[in-house]
Amino acid sequence: MAKNLYQKIWDDHVVRQLDSGQYQLFIALHLIHEVTSPQAFGMLKDKGLKVAYPGRTFATVDHIIPTDDQSRPLADEMAEKMIQVLSDATSEAGIEFFPPESGSQGIVHVVGPELGLTQPGMTICCGDSHTSTHGAFGCIALGIGTSQVRDVLASQTIAMDPLKVRRIRVEGALQPGVSAKDVILHIIRTLGVNGGVGYAYEYAGSTISNMSMEERMTVCNMSIEGGARCGYINPDDTTFAYLRGRERVPEGDAFDVAVGKWRAYASDEDAKFDDEVVIEARDIRPTVTWGVTPGQAISVEENVPDPDHAEGLDKSLISDALNYMQLTANQPIKGTKIDVAFIGSCTNGRLSDFREVARLIEGRKVAKNVKAIAVPGSEKVDKAARALGLHTIFEQAGFEWRKPGCSMCLAMNPDKLVGDEVCASSSNRNFIGRQGSPTGRTILMSPIMVAAAAIEGAVADVRTTFNLEQTS
Amino acid sequence: MSEMEKISGTGVYVQGNDIDTDRIIPARFLKCVTFDELGPSLFHDVRFDEQGNTKSHILDNPNYKGAQILISDANFGCGSSREHAPQAIQKFGLKAVVAGSFAEIFHGNCTTLGIPCVTMEKSDREKLARLTLDDPSADIIIDIKALKLVCANNIFDIQMKASAREAFLANSYDPLDTLLVAAADVAQTAKRLGY
Repeated sequence: MAKNLYQKIWDDHVVRQLDSGQYQLFIALHLIHEVTSPQAFGMLKDKGLKVAYPGRTFATVDHIIPTDDQSRPLADEMAEKMIQVLSDATSEAGIEFFPPESGSQGIVHVVGPELGLTQPGMTICCGDSHTSTHGAFGCIALGIGTSQVRDVLASQTIAMDPLKVRRIRVEGALQPGVSAKDVILHIIRTLGVNGGVGYAYEYAGSTISNMSMEERMTVCNMSIEGGARCGYINPDDTTFAYLRGRERVPEGDAFDVAVGKWRAYASDEDAKFDDEVVIEARDIRPTVTWGVTPGQAISVEENVPDPDHAEGLDKSLISDALNYMQLTANQPIKGTKIDVAFIGSCTNGRLSDFREVARLIEGRKVAKNVKAIAVPGSEKVDKAARALGLHTIFEQAGFEWRKPGCSMCLAMNPDKLVGDEVCASSSNRNFIGRQGSPTGRTILMSPIMVAAAAIEGAVADVRTTFNLEQTS
Repeated sequence: MSEMEKISGTGVYVQGNDIDTDRIIPARFLKCVTFDELGPSLFHDVRFDEQGNTKSHILDNPNYKGAQILISDANFGCGSSREHAPQAIQKFGLKAVVAGSFAEIFHGNCTTLGIPCVTMEKSDREKLARLTLDDPSADIIIDIKALKLVCANNIFDIQMKASAREAFLANSYDPLDTLLVAAADVAQTAKRLGY
């Protein structure tokens, strides 16, 4: 029987069905970090349990690590303690740990793929909702809570209900200035922030096939923002070319054998899906959020909505969001003044993101009064960017080039908004207070749109700021 | 009878669709190595201003002190997978959540911790919210077995994910012991897949 990728991986990794009706699912790769995982080791200890498969778990630090001075002990005592607890627990359990200055530290969803730990056909878990990123390689990649981190450590399995699968086909060529971030913001805007509840998203179609792995990761990363537990893209030659030669990927003949196995996980041509949606690439414009959920998004050409044209709770959601953002109904989003520009995160903190921005900002200057920071997603991204001289281009334009970490995506480290500052951000969430100030305001957009906003000092259309050619 | 078959207490209605886990527990409170101290920080930035003064949120209204059932709207618990959110709800003293719908990771985290998540039709939910707003002392009984919610002589239908309901009725909502039983099968699966 024809199957989609989700069904193939699921069937392969099911250990058994449980009495509750859920299934016990084997987890091929488990990634952990300092915020949601140290408690799980405590839970194991309380129960007198050991880590069952230490070779299948890898650890790094990303959420609380400062991006300026990373020398130990960290100035923040609790941050230092969290890293220490993770370091001790992994060392005791025999789990490989990538601390700062190991050359492999970084945001967990940047590190897994670049080391080649993430491979097609795997079930992957991490105590972080953006684990969906790894789906770009053709994986079932699930964000889990700390108790489930405990379950994986103790048993290498989780209990789970199967998901339905919705195929989202994006077809056609993207317009100049439109990037992978705009594609996923457009999808979430179209299907809603809870449109994906109960589903895995399969992203398919020519637009997706033509994307690089880094672009695919951006799309899959924000699946959770659309309510989908995970999102994936079928593995293909682009996937295999990315993986070839990576540190943890088999070499020589073993690589060819692996490719054969990986390719077989792709959805069969006549596979069935529980739902299907088609999106035309030509309809996608540079997209920005105006409110406090990633679904509250419009193209940069549009005006923010008017609550008077909505009903019931929607009405109050719109007016509350506009109030919080200090925007007026029907005003254009373009021209909204910004205070901070942030390029980084597991969504858009990879080499191609910085390369693309550097190409545009070379010789330009960040507007006065805008604090602009660029935070590479990992030590490897930082090193590669430096080798290309990108950090100099950023610095000459007026950006600060920082050390790797999650930074201002969730502001658990010292990188925070102050008061009601507005941030043009390449991250994934614009929730109230997300960037560290309870009244801070976030406008999500692609890295090149952040660059345009940084230069203009206000939300801007990347196509005009950088004179990008328009095809239609 | 499972201890989780019936849950009773008074309710408190926190209005809004898409209430995310950053709002339930802001990221700065995630700086901890245990979950023990999270209760007071539940919905912190909605309840307190930057100087720590109360914003007179419904959770701080003395009439709702001791409420055990949290009532909210659609897509409750969206966003971050942080278990700190349901941990804060539980440590605050709440035992169950009634909403229009739930984000999945949050739902799974709640179930494992023994916090039933039940959904109700919009009109019923609005009526229930109104009942608790009119009379904060109105008792609510959530009957997981019968899939009914009773409040002030009203009987409402509720829905639950089947596997979560089964797990609560069997008192096996924390799956770890069940997962560990199959260690030999797990080892075989790992071997079969070449891991």
